[in-house]
Amino acid sequence: MSPEVHLKRTILESKQISRIIRRMAVEILEREGSGKDLMLVGIRTRGVPLAEALAAEILKIEEVEVPVGVLDITLYRDDLSTIAPQPVVKETHFPTTLSDRCLVLCDDVLYTGRTIRAAMDAVIDFGRPRVIRLAVLIDRGHRELPIHADIVGKTLQTQANEVVDVHFTETDGESKVLLLEKSGG
Amino acid sequence: MTELSWTRKDLLGIADLSAAEIQLLLDTAESFREVSLRPIKKVPTLRGRTVVNLFFEPSTRTRSSFEIAEKRLSADSLNFSSATSGLVKGESLVDTALNLQAMSPDLIVIRHGHPGVPHMLAKRVAAGVINAGDGAHEHPTQALLDAFTIRQHKGGFEGLKVSIVGDIEHSRVVRSNVLLLHKLGAEVTVAGPRTMMPVGVEALGARAVYSLREALEGADVVMMLRVQLERQSQAAFPSAREYFELFGLTQARLKAAKRDVILMHPGPMNRGIEIASDVADGRYSVILEQVANGVAVRMAVLYLLSGVHREAE
Repeated sequence: MSPEVHLKRTILESKQISRIIRRMAVEILEREGSGKDLMLVGIRTRGVPLAEALAAEILKIEEVEVPVGVLDITLYRDDLSTIAPQPVVKETHFPTTLSDRCLVLCDDVLYTGRTIRAAMDAVIDFGRPRVIRLAVLIDRGHRELPIHADIVGKTLQTQANEVVDVHFTETDGESKVLLLEKSGG
Repeated sequence: MTELSWTRKDLLGIADLSAAEIQLLLDTAESFREVSLRPIKKVPTLRGRTVVNLFFEPSTRTRSSFEIAEKRLSADSLNFSSATSGLVKGESLVDTALNLQAMSPDLIVIRHGHPGVPHMLAKRVAAGVINAGDGAHEHPTQALLDAFTIRQHKGGFEGLKVSIVGDIEHSRVVRSNVLLLHKLGAEVTVAGPRTMMPVGVEALGARAVYSLREALEGADVVMMLRVQLERQSQAAFPSAREYFELFGLTQARLKAAKRDVILMHPGPMNRGIEIASDVADGRYSVILEQVANGVAVRMAVLYLLSGVHREAE
């Protein structure tokens, strides 16, 4: 039996998301300088449009074209033996070598931290970046690993039975962030 | 996007699979191809899983391909070959299976000279079973890697003209390939001497012709089969030289095919018998790509099956 999910409220509208992403882009540049050795890496699925939006903003602000990579962490998950059937594996792609880069992992929601752990393991198999930073649109708490985000769009207090549902125009037709609640089950 | 999930415990043959399942396997293989191009060619996905490679027939290519795929997924693998297994000491196949089961492997890759052995094994063990060739019956991972290579070059299968030439009767590669390509919408032609053509081959979904010229005419893909000298008790043709005269692929003969034809061979090749050396190394040849793709396809199979089998018992 799958638990019922219903909408609790809308957290962010499209305009607010754009404003937040602009601010995150500025923060990345402030922390990491001119952006020359930056690489943004989106974690599939919805880290990818976030990384692309951040790169577009950085191009506007600094006129620097930051390479964007795509990372699928399926092969590095720590729960493959407990979930069945296997999730679909998609491709990982980095536009340049990772050595000596400042690599910013991008994801839509930071929750337990397990995805980020897997992402770091995957990245290290590809090369040795100078630093790895983490940028997330929503930090919803409930960490299970000692991981924190360096750049956060919005911090949200949530309950374990809630779901933060991020939509991007590229993947879902419209940008918005919803808070859903699971009940029953 | 349709996100079909894999639910089979075993991969025994192409005959059982739906077109959607085949596409899922090919899509998954696409993602695994990239792993072999990394500086560190290994992912931790199957860490702690045990895969037994049980080869009752000699095989270098398929066995090493499976072994590399297993290693790149971090699985622990164990090789049994007929020379070292209990079978030569008189153990029955069922006993071998039960003994293996007692060691609780997660997956068993099996090649055997008799058709149906993988199916029998699959019924008796909890582990997932992968057929790596059973007699002249099926060789599903070979067909999948061939399809994967075709898809890379041609984009799809609908209406594609694929010709398979050679010893149709003794080849498990043909059976699996014809079944697969037919399911995905390709037009398959098989060609060979009458002595090497099984009765009723059309039932699999292929057109049978008896001349090389006819098979090559307008083909998008040409797959040359190895003349299996060791599998024939009686020669089906007078001499290797005569075979080459009639069915050997040369540059001149290949001109009858489409201009962008790709040339495939499941290996190992007999240069100068079914294929001229300059054709095998020529610009249309994708033979070595097939080998590279074999690893990606087998990684995909191992990955998908390993998510299912613990639910089985």
